Amino acid sequence: MELPDDLLYTRTHEWVRLDGTTATVGITDHAQCELGDVVYVELPDQGATLERDAVFGTVESVKAVSDLYAPVSGTVAEVNGALADQTELVNQSPYGEGWMVRLTVAPDCDTSHLMSAQEYERYVQESGH
Amino acid sequence: MTIPDDLRRTPLHEEHIRLGARMVPFAGWQMPVQYAGVMEEARAVRQAVGLFDISHMGRFRVAGSDAEALLQQTTTNDVSALSPGKAQYSLIPNEQGGILDDIIVYRKAPSDFIVVVNASNRDRDLEFFRAHAPSGTSVEDVSDATGMVAVQGPAAQDALQPLTDIELASLPRFGFAEGSVAGRQATICRTGYTGEDGFEVIGAAAHIVELWRALVDAHVVPCGLGARDSLRTEAGYPLYGHEIDETTTPVEAGLMWAVKLDKGSFVGRDAILAAKQAGPSRKLMGLIMEGRALPRQGYSIEAQGEPIGVVTSGAFSATRSIALGMGYVRSDHARNGATVDVVIRGTTHACRLLPKKDLLTATITS
Repeated sequence: MELPDDLLYTRTHEWVRLDGTTATVGITDHAQCELGDVVYVELPDQGATLERDAVFGTVESVKAVSDLYAPVSGTVAEVNGALADQTELVNQSPYGEGWMVRLTVAPDCDTSHLMSAQEYERYVQESGH
Repeated sequence: MTIPDDLRRTPLHEEHIRLGARMVPFAGWQMPVQYAGVMEEARAVRQAVGLFDISHMGRFRVAGSDAEALLQQTTTNDVSALSPGKAQYSLIPNEQGGILDDIIVYRKAPSDFIVVVNASNRDRDLEFFRAHAPSGTSVEDVSDATGMVAVQGPAAQDALQPLTDIELASLPRFGFAEGSVAGRQATICRTGYTGEDGFEVIGAAAHIVELWRALVDAHVVPCGLGARDSLRTEAGYPLYGHEIDETTTPVEAGLMWAVKLDKGSFVGRDAILAAKQAGPSRKLMGLIMEGRALPRQGYSIEAQGEPIGVVTSGAFSATRSIALGMGYVRSDHARNGATVDVVIRGTTHACRLLPKKDLLTATITS
């Protein structure tokens, strides 16, 4: 399971990369592996306002449908348009080309509820999912 | 996920574990749902050749002087038209004209048959056949003594031929033969559940492992239940519990080609005849989605906001990258080419209706 150190993680298996007031969000390698082949990704419109922990989209694999939860509050600055027809990017490159949304967040964005890579790894092992 | 350990294991269980399969519970069995990935496996079957463990399916031997009469009475297709060495798709009907199972009947000799049934219905089917069996005709469950694999895809014959002395090129669709397969006696039938050319092989449980290994060594791609379900949906084939069950008739399921009403009396004949004369209130149709969201069993089908049907299966085509499925649609809306909506998570998604046999070749626009 690939787990980049520079990302923060949620209990619902999203990752977030904070760069100033930009937060890039996707799903983890563990999540894409559990889902299997992703065939459909439904993302919010640019400009949408997301509240932390709210459902902002859906990722569907041949096996299952999963909701996507916002790791932090913010405004959708960009969505990954490539996922409209290249959903395999989520499987092939979950932390790279398979990113889902970029949010504009407050400068004092609270991340205290998010996990580090080590904490997320332990969480996955302990919860067995 | 932890798998309950009271589930049955096929003779190929250790092979699946060794190949890194993800195992899931299915109809009381531990089965591989995928190895490398559902889409990759489905593509292998469409473009080359794949290998499936279908040992979980039930296999009965029906033999004795009244074996033909028993199967004529308890199945819908015409067994008397079946010559030795030929198999046929058929249904086990109930008295109400519903479907207890869909099956394949193989005639080995005039009074010796093999019947392959769904794993989920094995016990009930066995009981049903035995309840109708006259003395002198035996129905033996040979499932545990045997194993079964499917070799499917355009390259299936090339992959299997080097392992057998049966002349595969001379086997017609639904023809079968017994011979040496990977060094031991087995039965090869030109049948499958994928929409591709291919074969299903029944052998002794202990022997099926050798055959599996020989095919894997020959680069036949192991495929799990995920790929199997995707491929059969794309081919418009019904799955028990989805398209057909005790409450669906062969008339509405579009399976009357496997029901021979003029063969004489059989279980449910009068009810099926009545359903045919009344005309079906709903029809099983193919669905081609305009977008990529998958239709799934139970989703509502609507026309201008009015519910007109329900989805029975959905899949994503690995080779065409389109979402498709099947569903029951009210007869007055079941027109080929009509555009209707599937309600997916509260939102309508447009889809086109078409005959289910056309799902395999359809595109989004035509």
